[in-house]
Amino acid sequence: MAQLHRVRLTVNGREYEREVEPRMTLVDFLRHELGLTGTHVGCEHGVCGACTIIKNGQAVRACLMLAVQADGAELRTVEGLAGADGLHPVQQAFIEKHGLQCGFCTPGFLMSTVELLEGTTSPGEEQIREAIGGNICRCTGYQSILESVELAAQKMRAGQGS
Amino acid sequence: MKPAPFDYYAPESLADAIALLAKFDDEGVEAKILAGGQSLMPMLSLRVARPEVLVDLRKLAELHYIRDEGDTIAIGSMTSKRAAEESALIRERQPLFHDATMNIGHLPIRAHGTVGGSFAHADPAAEYPAAAIALDMQMKAVGPDGARVIGARDFFVTYLTTDLAATEVLTEVRMPVLAPGTGWSFREISRRKGDFALAGAAVLLSLAGGRISDSRVVVFAVNATAVRLPAAEQVLRGQAPGEALFREAGLAGAAEIEEPIADVHASADFRRHLVSVVVARGLAEAQSRARG
Repeated sequence: MAQLHRVRLTVNGREYEREVEPRMTLVDFLRHELGLTGTHVGCEHGVCGACTIIKNGQAVRACLMLAVQADGAELRTVEGLAGADGLHPVQQAFIEKHGLQCGFCTPGFLMSTVELLEGTTSPGEEQIREAIGGNICRCTGYQSILESVELAAQKMRAGQGS
Repeated sequence: MKPAPFDYYAPESLADAIALLAKFDDEGVEAKILAGGQSLMPMLSLRVARPEVLVDLRKLAELHYIRDEGDTIAIGSMTSKRAAEESALIRERQPLFHDATMNIGHLPIRAHGTVGGSFAHADPAAEYPAAAIALDMQMKAVGPDGARVIGARDFFVTYLTTDLAATEVLTEVRMPVLAPGTGWSFREISRRKGDFALAGAAVLLSLAGGRISDSRVVVFAVNATAVRLPAAEQVLRGQAPGEALFREAGLAGAAEIEEPIADVHASADFRRHLVSVVVARGLAEAQSRARG
């Protein structure tokens, strides 16, 4: 076995430290080392987007990164979305607009959408397509996901106004 | 799919990185540079690549920059593609490179993938090598014997192979700003947006007195490296621009490609056809942006 490396990082505001083999991907680190199984593992080679998380403010694929590369990073995963006062507006919108069926791809779609809408709550359709274009869904046919993102944007605009 | 075991180093400086690469090279240890990992990680997971050592450049803050040097834009090799796409300097002064960036994968890939990584990886379907050849870009590499600058034509050797030595680090890519009045286009054809291109074209077009005074036609995803198409450029020279001419140039360019890539995604004949289409479309788009 290769030498172990210490990884210190923050996930959803909580600090973690583990010693891991360099070949461990970040998504496996989240799931196996930290027990945060909300982030899903799909294709494991960067095609499907199920493992999308937010690293230092930007949506990235957690299967295309080693845990050791994320040393010192600030991560956000789907577990960090819902708060004490209920679901995140993006989660709520996906429920209301049927943005999921089996739910396997959903954590990735949610994190891609959250990054987009934290940058702008008035995205154009092209911008939405660009933001979630790297996520594959085999159930919905995408139309209801686009509608979910649009509804989420509305909800977040309303939230900013109040 | 999990990568095979390897040892991992994350040097704190470029000098340390080069010293490590030189040491492993001396010892006969296969070391690979890790930049953003958006191409290397799938290769590790599929075990197409099984290096013994990874040298991660993520701590080299000295390689993160986009610099305005007047007539030249210099990009540090560890700059993310997303930083390149968000750069107003690149968008305004070298829009062909901006458009090339926008065609790369998807946003999360561009967020972690680096500019230098694409050049060093040299995938036949990659966008940046085509932009590099179209723009006569220059690549700066640093090794144990110091720095050298490599022109795009010499840099890309064949499939996944560049002129870089195992002990060299690509530190910077340099491009001229777009000359005023020059029309540009960067487009590709793929089954879905963000997929690997089946064929793509980078085009520059200059007009003088209503005629084409100069052009540059480069295609990618059809040969081992991106290739310039002199036959297409020859068709255009001195002619009045127009759709029929652009179609003729596309066909001439397609005809001169030797043994287009054939794979499960597209046959050689289909790729040749796509070249004629994407070149003609690119020329029309470039003309619409050219002045003169």
